[in-house]
Parts: sequence; structure tokens; C-alpha cells
Amino acid sequence: MKTIPVETTINGDSAEFLCHADESLLDVLRDRLGLTGAKEGCGTGDCGACSVMLNGRVVCSCLVLGVEAQGAEIETIEGMANGETLHPLQRVFIEEAALQCGVCTPGILVAAKALLEKNPDPTDTEVRYWLAGNLCRCTGYDKIIKAVQIAAAEMRGA
Amino acid sequence: MAFDVKAERKFKVVGTRVARPDGIDKVTGKAAYGADISAPGMLHGRILRSPHAHARIRAIDVSEAAKLAGVKAIVTGADLAQPEDEAFADVAINCLARDKALYDGHAVAAVAATSKSIAKRAIRLIKVDYEVLPHVTDVDAAMKPGAPVVQEGRALENVPAGMSQNVTTRYQFGHGDLDAGFAKADRIIERSFKTAATHQGYIEPQACLASLGNDGRGEVWCCTQGQYMVRANCAAALGVEESQLRITASEIGGGFGGKTSTFIEPVALALSRKAGKPVKIVMTRDEVFKATGPTISTSMDIRIGMTRDGRITAGRGELRYSGGAYPNETVDMGAQAAFAAYDLEAVETVGWNAMTNRPKEIPYRAPGAPTAIYAVESVVDELCQALDLDPLDVRLLNAARKGTRSSYGPTFNEIGLVATLEAAKAHPHYTAPLGPHQGRGLSCGFWFNFGGNTCVSLNINDDGTVGVVEGNPDIGGSRASISMMAAEELGVPYDKVRTVIADTSSLGFNDITDGSRVTFAVGLATIEAARAAIREMCRRVAKIWDIDEDAVIWEDGCAKPAGPNAGTHPPMSLAEIAAIAGNTGGPIAGHHEVNADGAGVSFGVHLCDTEVDPETGATKILRYTVFQDAGKAVHPDYVEGQMQGGAVQGIGWALNEEYIYGEDGRLQNAGLLDYRVPVASDLPDIETVILEIPNPGHPYGVRGVGETPIVPPLAAIANAVSRAAGVRMTELPMSPPRLLKAMTG
Amino acid sequence: MRYVKPENFEAAARLLRDEDGVSRILAGGTDVLVQLKAEVVEPDLMVDIKHLPGMRDILAEDGGFRIGAAVSGAQMGEHDALKALWPGVVEGVELIGSSQVQSRATMAGNLCTGSPSGDSVPAMVTAGAVARVQGPGGIRDVPVVDIPTGPGKNSLAKGEFITSIFLPARPDRASDAYLRFIPRTEMDIAVSSAAVSLELDGDGVVTAAHVAIGAVAPTVLLVKDAGTALIRSKLEEAAIAGLVAAVEAACNPITDKRGTIEFRTKTAGVLAKRAARIAYSRAGGQA
Repeated sequence: MKTIPVETTINGDSAEFLCHADESLLDVLRDRLGLTGAKEGCGTGDCGACSVMLNGRVVCSCLVLGVEAQGAEIETIEGMANGETLHPLQRVFIEEAALQCGVCTPGILVAAKALLEKNPDPTDTEVRYWLAGNLCRCTGYDKIIKAVQIAAAEMRGA
Repeated sequence: MAFDVKAERKFKVVGTRVARPDGIDKVTGKAAYGADISAPGMLHGRILRSPHAHARIRAIDVSEAAKLAGVKAIVTGADLAQPEDEAFADVAINCLARDKALYDGHAVAAVAATSKSIAKRAIRLIKVDYEVLPHVTDVDAAMKPGAPVVQEGRALENVPAGMSQNVTTRYQFGHGDLDAGFAKADRIIERSFKTAATHQGYIEPQACLASLGNDGRGEVWCCTQGQYMVRANCAAALGVEESQLRITASEIGGGFGGKTSTFIEPVALALSRKAGKPVKIVMTRDEVFKATGPTISTSMDIRIGMTRDGRITAGRGELRYSGGAYPNETVDMGAQAAFAAYDLEAVETVGWNAMTNRPKEIPYRAPGAPTAIYAVESVVDELCQALDLDPLDVRLLNAARKGTRSSYGPTFNEIGLVATLEAAKAHPHYTAPLGPHQGRGLSCGFWFNFGGNTCVSLNINDDGTVGVVEGNPDIGGSRASISMMAAEELGVPYDKVRTVIADTSSLGFNDITDGSRVTFAVGLATIEAARAAIREMCRRVAKIWDIDEDAVIWEDGCAKPAGPNAGTHPPMSLAEIAAIAGNTGGPIAGHHEVNADGAGVSFGVHLCDTEVDPETGATKILRYTVFQDAGKAVHPDYVEGQMQGGAVQGIGWALNEEYIYGEDGRLQNAGLLDYRVPVASDLPDIETVILEIPNPGHPYGVRGVGETPIVPPLAAIANAVSRAAGVRMTELPMSPPRLLKAMTG
Repeated sequence: MRYVKPENFEAAARLLRDEDGVSRILAGGTDVLVQLKAEVVEPDLMVDIKHLPGMRDILAEDGGFRIGAAVSGAQMGEHDALKALWPGVVEGVELIGSSQVQSRATMAGNLCTGSPSGDSVPAMVTAGAVARVQGPGGIRDVPVVDIPTGPGKNSLAKGEFITSIFLPARPDRASDAYLRFIPRTEMDIAVSSAAVSLELDGDGVVTAAHVAIGAVAPTVLLVKDAGTALIRSKLEEAAIAGLVAAVEAACNPITDKRGTIEFRTKTAGVLAKRAARIAYSRAGGQA
């Protein structure tokens, strides 16, 4: 199988890569671009650990082909902080102990950021249903939901 | 090492909520987990697995696969050593089968190739000649004489004659006169229970990058709960010396016991040795379910007698567990834990293990206890209902306390069960009103907690900071807690201490991260190492001040004269002492090696409110509160995190998680779509109440907390459902089809 | 595998017709990429159609809406007028998968995948939705109920693919609803499901009713008798009992890792009853 050249934008920077037609965007990010923040927990869209933004919407990168990145705008966890300044969600997650092993955390942060951009003042139930596709096995979700709400309040108020 | 009673201590660091050291790396995606590292020239490994639950492997023909361009090495079980030690031999055979495939998914061969897709194609070209054999996946069926035999000659001597060869062990615990006890009861209830196997469900699949040269020297990067265990297993499986392997533990994306053994590292090393290149293997989710280490599946009988005012007079349990296709001892712990919460005159538990054609079981958070205690707590609850007694009062009446002779032998020291029960009784949750189709349930929980082999090395850096080197992968925030204990002991701020986890070449042997042992044992060793460093710093200062060593004390991070007789010397801070260490004898360090004992058991109580839809059997968790004795909560956020995380795993176990086998012995739900772990919208907030009854065996009173919280949810939910829906669920999970059937008949 | 973005509809149809090997359409990819990963299918050709004209549009047409085949569930959920007209259809689509899957999944893809438990299908059927099919020879319109033919199968010929789905207009005092049973609260495949679409007269009496059930047969079933049981009623007990009986009689499910025959049958009836009450209330009826 020949590789296909793809030009895209990742975290605001232009990027180019070659990939096979059947490689997923997740494979490309991790194996070809060294962006290992997105994780493969299942490869079938059931866990959300591979979540990235694709043209402004949160997707499972394991369910997107690498070639579909052509001309698209992609945002990954690596682009969430601004230089050395963490995004409020990132900072609040640490402060509120909303992570333990941390492997689900990049996906949850990307998904939570997408929620707050769409709905800056969600109820707990809305947060829980939005994040239903992001599995966490360590925390029982409690501190995650609380951290999202604390960050949301800060982002509304600040 | 005893609890520091005289330090009726005003802790300055321990007990506060500091930021964890790995936080920034984890929220930015920088943290490196098992699959995140690559090496130049590395090959990709892929494993071929048996599609049969039980089959003799007559021949393996790799010739077609070997011809595929890009394939650099192929291995089978013949490429691994045959360790004499049974435990190592079982691990090696589980990594690559020898003469038989023992379960659907058992590894039979592996390939290393220049790309993932070539490796995938290559394993499909390997031809395996199987002779399919009859299989057995149910524990009761496996125990019957005449059942298909999974492995021959594996039974221990204490197994009575005439049983199937699948029965490998028998345990018995207890004391007192059962017959007399039951005779005193006003009511006796006997019930049988069955539970399906479950999986730890860590989000990160096993992954490793391994390199092994012809000279027997190798390196492995892997996600694991024990790099020393990986080293030992790999050395035995590859026939090389342990000291020649350096194993580095990556950040770990969840373990819960499921990464306390090796499945892919020996295979990657064997491929690397053959190919002369590093080999990376990452398991798919499908492989994780089929071929790592799920829990036991169980069949249990419980019989309990109670007087009409709630005193348990006798309890008997028979536990039949299956740990998969190899001998397994989890039932030992289940049998010990089953009645541990109670002060009983007459109690007996008998535990059996039987082999089935299922994956090799390894621990999952309090292994053996959740299912056993589910059964016991269900029967206790049913007795409460039958005798119209308050379930909390009955627990209080029968609770184990200091001085109770436990059901498994030892006499309890200070324990926190009564405190947790009283806290539950006083909590508003216990008396909150309930609506139609709603019910409240409770359950006690227990875990032994362990100590174990531990090494810590603590270095006073020349800039006045402190480095702690320990050997236990951090699965719950332990690096922060270790740093806190070092900071507390040394009297320096938390952010002056950095704790790192050593590879196997950089520190002496450490037992795996399990048994809720790290905050306890590594903490204890860290405190001792800090005290050793303190003694050395005081010795140096005594020399400087020209006074006796015992005239120098350590206080608030400084060496000080012990009293006015020692003379007037301004205190010397750790930083000041460190800055001149080169002139006073050289770098300053403390270290400690121990096989720690004195771990304190941790009791907990969970309260749960459920609502059951009478037309569909759907169960909603309305409210959940976890009460647990932590001894001393070093970092309260992390203790809460363990309580919440363990409770939710138990909720999943109770409601929807199960291994589903077909008639053909194959696993039907090897994915996260149909292996149903709780999602965020399934749950309410999980409220936590931490009790602190200090463990006499630890200087700060620390008890392990990680495992106890998974134990109570199974019965708490079954008991709540019983009151919400009027049915007693004796089979787990209580999935809606089962619950609806029980309700409607 | 070759990946192609054809220039226009006709080129896409020809590519698909002329491919000797296995071909697949790529819209949202949330089914086909799962099949790829599971090695259930190994396409020689993957045809991406999302960029073709109108594929991502929701357009008002004849009082109803034409929904491009690449429109995602998330887009549909953000379209207030569509949600107001056919709330049951939109809530069905919105139940597919997670937020991440919603950003990509399409109702056309869900329909063509042919899963008996596809969440978008029952309400599309009760709405009388019509699929516009592009083929090498031109265009034809097919009622969506005729698209799925069995588990994993659809009635499209080689070279054909859906370009849009049309949801018709509906009168005032009419609405629909979709419910499914899953063991968790999200992320599961429906164990049983039901959609009900109702029209009422000025007194709140049902004048038209369509009931479809899912995950209880090889394809979604439009249960005529269940609809008939509701007509001329105000969803009184007898009418509901008739509805439930007709639904249970029509069920033909299997026992598998997600549910038993008896559980699926029982809950299909319960869901139909509950969906009917929701549709009735949305249509302005007072029960």
C-alpha cells in the first residue's frame, strides 16, 4: 500500500505527514507525529481516551482516518496549555485531584473543553452525559465532575 | 515499626492536600506510559492466539509467515525456557503455550516485523494444527468427576481423593462448635450464590518495549505494578540472570492488580533476542480481555444463624472459586475475609479452587474478598429482614473489635469497624426519606493490607533539596504521599522533596505495588531512611559544634542543641548542613531495607440507595456514601479518590460487568462495548467519610486504603435492591434481564 | 486499501459499481472504522462522500427537511426547527454513541449499517422518512423502511449510496418519540427500542399512529396493529393494552449477550407504551 501525503493544521501549526489509507488519525498522531497525548484504550470508540478536536468538534481519533486530516484543523491535548500557562481545566484538575493514573485525563480535558465552549454553564447531569464516552476507571468520576464545574465557574467569572 | 504515640503529633505536611508531582505531565499529555516510547530500528510484535477454549497443539508451521518481507523473528513456546519453579513455569507457559492451548486467547506464537500491518498479516500466515478438546468454563461443572481436565497432576495433597483433577486446593479456616452455634439460633438462612468473572478494566492496555542481546543483557520499558516481578518472570522465562535485565516502569494507566504479572514482556524479549532489534508489543483491548488476568468466577454457599435480637451465633461458608486454567490461591483470601467483620463464637469457611478453560486469574483489588463478603453480607441482611431488625444495629452488635479473635485466626488490634458503623448511623444518609421503588442497603467491607519487601534510598542534595528513590510504581498518588512523609520527618517544605521510582538496577528488591502496601510500607521505610539521614546530619553537626552526638536534636528542619548544657549554637538547617557536606565527610543519605510487617487492616461501610424500575429491572444508584478507616490519611484527596474509585468498580461488578462465555467456551464480550463498566452518567456523587483509627504498626498510624472500597458495593447494592424491588439477587451481575426475571417470575 | 474523494455523485456511483473488490462508503466512519479494526471487513476501496454538494446540509423542503447523508447527529441536535418538527427522530439519532461519536455519526450511515438495533431507524420509519439513493443510472427515492434487509444488510445495489434523507411535513397536533432500553445510561447498543408517531384531532383523539420497534427482529418492524390500537383513543388503558399486546406479538428477538428473548419482548412493549405517552404529550394531548 502506498502512502498518501497529507497537509493539515495541528494545534495551530501546519503539519505534513505520509500515511497509509487505513491508518487512523490516532495512529498518525502517535506513531508519525510523536503526539502521544491521545491514548488508545480500545480502538473502537468506546473509551474516549483518544479524543481530539476535528474542525471544532470533539471526536474519537481512532474513528477518523489519517487521510481525513487533509485541510482540517486538529487540536490535541498538547495544544491545550498556552506556553507554560495551563488552561484553567488543566490547572483545576490538578488542584482538585481529578486524576489518578492520568491515562484518561487528556481525553477528558479535550472533551470537557469542548463542552464548556458549547455550554459554559452546564448542570452536573449535563457534564456527566457529555463525558459518558470518556471512561475513567480510577476516580469514580466524582472529582472529575467537580473539577469541570469549578473550572467552568472560573471561566465564566474571570 | 511502632506507631509514634508520643508524637501526638501536629502533622505539618501529612494530612494536607498538596499538588501531586506528576500532575502537570499528566494534564499536558507529556507523561510517558507503556506504549508512548519508541526506539530507533524498533520492530512491532504481534501475538497469535488460540481460537479454541481447549486444544492440543500438534504442530505450528511458521514457514509462510517467515517468508513475508519485513518479518524479522517468529517465536513459539519452544523459544522460552522451562523454569523448574511452578509459579515461573505457569507464567512462561501462559505467555506462550507449550503442548496445549488452555483458553480462548491463549498465546501460541508471536511475530516481530518492521511495521504493525506486516506483523498483523504475518500472524495470519502461521498455521497451527489444533486437536480441539472438550472444554469446561463453569466452576461447579469443573469440579465434577468426569469434567474435562484442564491440566493433570496439579492438585495439592490436601485435596480429597475422588475429585476431578481440576480441583487444585482446599483451604479451611474458623473456630468454635458450629453445631452448637446453629442450635442457639432463632433463625437460620442458607443461600447459594454465583458470580461471573470480571476484569480490572484499566484504560491502558499492557504495552512494552524490550531489547535483549545475545549476551543475555536486556532492557524493558513497560507499564507494570512491579518492575522486580517483571524482571524475575522474564529472567526465568528467558533463561537469563536477573541482574542482566534492567526493567523500568513507565507511568501506568491503571493496574488494580491487573498488572501484577507479565503477559507480553517475555515474548517481546524472546523476539528481540532472535531479531537483534528492540521489539514493541502493545495489546489490543480484545487481547486484554481474553488474555490478561480477570478475576475468579465463583459459586458459594453461606449459612448463618441469628438470635431474634440480632446476635450471629454461627456462620459457615463454602467457596468454590475458579482462577482460570492454572492453580490459584485467591480462594484462600476469600475464605479468610468472608466473616472477618464479625466477632463469632463459631465460624468455618472452606475454600476450593478448580481450574477451568479461562485466562489465568491474577489479583483485582482485594482479590477474593468482594464475592465472599457479598454472599455473607447478603445473608446477614436477609436475616435482618426476616427478624425485622435494623441492619446497622445488627452489624454493631456483632462487629469485630480490638481483642476479637478473627474468623481467619489472628486477634485484632485497634481496628476501625465500629467507628465506621457509628459514623454511618449518625450520617444523614442513613435516615433520608425514600420514595416508591427505592431502597437502601449497606454492607461492611474488609481488607487485610500487606507490608512486604521494601527499599528506600533518601539523598540530601547539596542544594538543600531531598531526593527519595523508591521501587514501587505509583498507581494511586503514592509519590506525593512518600514525599509528604519525608518532608514531615525532615521538617522541610513538601516542594523541596522529589520522589522517583527506580528501575531494577538502581535499587534493591521491592515487592509489587499491591496489597495496599505502598503508602504503608514504602512510607515506613521512607520515614526510617529520613531518620537515618537525620542521625547522620546530627552527627556531622555534633562534630562541628564539638559536642556529643546525643546532644544534638532535630527539630523544624534544623539541628539544634538538645538543651542548655549542650552550649549555645544557632540551629543549622538541612540546607546549611547539605551545603558543606563535602567538607564534613561527603554526601549525606539515609536508606532502609525491610520486609515490613505491622500493616493494619482497613474496614469500611457503604450506604447505597437504589431505585429499581419495576417494568424493566433497570437499577439507578441514587445516593452512595463510603465510610472507611484510613488509620492516618496522609493525603486526604487521594484517600477519597481510592474510596470513590473502588466503590465505582464495585458498583460495576454488582450491576453489569461480567465475562460472558458461549457454549463453545469462547469469550463473547471482549470489548468495552459489551463489557460494561460504569460511565459518568450512571453515577451520583460518591460521598466519602474518612475515619482515622491509627494503625499501631506504622509510625504515623497509616493503614492501606486502596482495596477495601471495592468490597462492600456488591452486597450494599444487592441489599438495596432487595428493599427496592422485593427480590434477593443471588447471582451477579444483577443486570436488568436477571432482575426483571426475578421480579416478574 | 485505496481512499478516494470522488468529484461528484456520478463519479462516486461509477467507482463503487466498477470496483471488483470490497468497497465501503465513508461518511462519519463510526461503524466502518470499527469493522476495519475488528478485521470484519477489509475494503479495497474507501469512498469518502462527505465533501459532495449538499451532504452536510439540512434544508427545509415542502414543509419538511432534507438532511444530507453526511450530517452528523451533533448537527441535527443543534437544529431547533428540525427538533421541533420531528423530536423523536432527532432524539433517536442523538442516542447513538458518545459525544465524540455524535460529532461524526450520520443517520444515513446508521440506516445502511443495517444493525437491528440502530437507534436512528425506528423513528425514521414511523416518520415515513424517504431516502434519496444515487446510483450509476441516476437517482431514486426509497422509503427508509425498505433499506435494511437483515442484520448487517441493506437493499442498495452495487454502485448505490444514499445522498440524503427526507423527513416530511406534519400537521399541527402531531409529534413523535423514541425510547430504547440499555443496561447503563449511555454507551450501550439498544437491547430493545420503540418509536411512536401520532397525530391528534382538536379533542386530543388519535387520528393516525405509527409504531416501530427495534432490536427485537432481524430488522426494525413497523407494527401496524400497534398503531391501529391507538387510533380513536386518548391513550386510555384499553388502547395501551392493545398497543402492548400487538408489540409483544410482533417481536421476534434472539437471546444473546445483551438480552434474552423474554426480556426484549417485555421491554419493547413497555417502551412502546412510554413512547406513545411522550409523543401524545408532545402533540398537545392531555392524558
